[in-house]
Amino acid sequence: MSILSIDGVSVSYGKVEAVHDVSLKVEAGAIVTVIGANGAGKTTLLGAAMGLLECRGDIHLDGRPLARMLVEARVEAGMCLVAEKRELFGTMPVEDNLLLGGFRVSRAERRRGLEEVYGRFPRLKQRRGQTAGTLSGGERQMLAMGRALMGRPRLLMLDEPSLGLAPLIVRDILGIVAELRQTGVAILLVEQNARAALEIADYGYVMELGEVIMHGPARRLAHDPRVIESYLGVGSHREAPAQYVEAGEQA
Amino acid sequence: MDSTILMFLVQDGVVNGAVYALLGVALVLVFTVTRVVFIPQGAFVAYGGLTMAALEAGRTPGTAWLLLVMGVVAAGMELLRRWGTSPPRVMARILAVDIGVPCGLLAVSLWLPGHGLGQWANILLTFALVIPIGPVLYRIAFQPLADASVLVLFIVAVGIDLTMTGLGLVFFGPEGYRTEVFSAVSFSVGPLNISAQSIWIVAMAAMLLGGLFVFFERTLLGKALRASAVNRRGARLVGIPTSLSGRTAFGLAAFIGCLSGLLIAPVTTIYFDTGFMVGLKGLIGAIIGGLISYPVTAVAALVVGLLEAFSSFEASAFKEVIIFTVIIPVLLWRSLTRPHIEDEE
Repeated sequence: MSILSIDGVSVSYGKVEAVHDVSLKVEAGAIVTVIGANGAGKTTLLGAAMGLLECRGDIHLDGRPLARMLVEARVEAGMCLVAEKRELFGTMPVEDNLLLGGFRVSRAERRRGLEEVYGRFPRLKQRRGQTAGTLSGGERQMLAMGRALMGRPRLLMLDEPSLGLAPLIVRDILGIVAELRQTGVAILLVEQNARAALEIADYGYVMELGEVIMHGPARRLAHDPRVIESYLGVGSHREAPAQYVEAGEQA
Repeated sequence: MDSTILMFLVQDGVVNGAVYALLGVALVLVFTVTRVVFIPQGAFVAYGGLTMAALEAGRTPGTAWLLLVMGVVAAGMELLRRWGTSPPRVMARILAVDIGVPCGLLAVSLWLPGHGLGQWANILLTFALVIPIGPVLYRIAFQPLADASVLVLFIVAVGIDLTMTGLGLVFFGPEGYRTEVFSAVSFSVGPLNISAQSIWIVAMAAMLLGGLFVFFERTLLGKALRASAVNRRGARLVGIPTSLSGRTAFGLAAFIGCLSGLLIAPVTTIYFDTGFMVGLKGLIGAIIGGLISYPVTAVAALVVGLLEAFSSFEASAFKEVIIFTVIIPVLLWRSLTRPHIEDEE
């Protein structure tokens, strides 16, 4: 049984339909990616799955319907979203951000989680006392992922983890995402950076104008001529524009 | 003005200022967590003092009935929202907490007055009756509006304050009351006569402020409340329910209001509408603190207390005018020195 299954989900902002009749499955322990250009409806889809946005259609976690369930309850059920804006607690120290990530787990698990996260992200340990708002873009993404892992999720949803980061940092971050597969957590990765995403994913969906236009094993998608032309080709470089790259990241 | 008068005024100012500081800090707490400018903060002061006075006089305070009615409404709302999604165990717990507990407290308040168990029992019962009004009020009036604008929340808060003051008149009548002092001892320091009650007030205020500091800096729940204040969406994404933060903040505010009422009732006559003025002075402190800084709020509220003491001595007719005018230069200075911060909505 899939850990997450989305069936015929549509989301509207007023009269504009941002996501139309999308179906998608994430199997336990797999990395599934949703690629597509800016405005394809990827973030909206994650918002609907997490309960931040109202939607039509069915979403099940482990076969359990999620309709009418609050965001907090979905977190309790094992879902976690690392949002595009990271949503950190900017004025609080790194360590407090992490501890709050484990708000729902027991004290012992929280302590163990903190050790694990520091093991995975040594940079965060160095900066444990620094406030989250003063971190660089890459460190912020690490903190957002570390905070998410503190809650011991079974399904981790990552929204554009590479957004605004320099290419070297992007490789680091996505390398860590690939490593997370060993912990057994299922990952739904939404990315504009299709090349990097397809490299680490098992399965991929391509979204365009709110609809899934293609899906298949990631390796096959990476060699599909239409995907190459629209998302991997030299002429269609779809990474974030240079002005979004933060100064500290330009290695 | 000689030094004796000066010392008297300072003492008076510090005692009042300590209470304003408590209320100011409660306002900052509620605002940062829920974005509600908690105008009814003062009403809790009056409810605390007057509930205590009613218990001392051997009457059953109206707050006991109020709590039961509010509990029934809150339970109804919660059951309706959860209908068909939550297991019966959760439903039963809601009924027990929202209706069972108020029933028990009402029974105790009906029984207790004839059997005077003394001051401390009365104090405990006062806390038990007034504090839950805070979280239940949040559930009924503010939780459904969690995403409303600050202005809407403010208008609701004003409406609740008017309602609570009106109900205060119904429950306790138009007369003022004083309660018994905690201890009648007083100390002489030179020419100055310090009553034990003023020491109680200042000591309790200091302890509570220290306690709040520890709560916010050291405990996970305290940090969760701060996190909700810093980034509400981020807090929800890590599983901190908005309603938990809201109820905790309102509970703490009700506790602080009730405690302030209990502390000042022996030295100030409390009327059903006394709370508004007291709360407003706390609000001045909170506004000077930008509704965000606890230390600035506490210090500013203390200064408001001192200013009030001195202005009532020098120009008592203009006492309130002077205090409320102070806010203008402060706001002006703040608006010139701080960059404009957009409302989060």
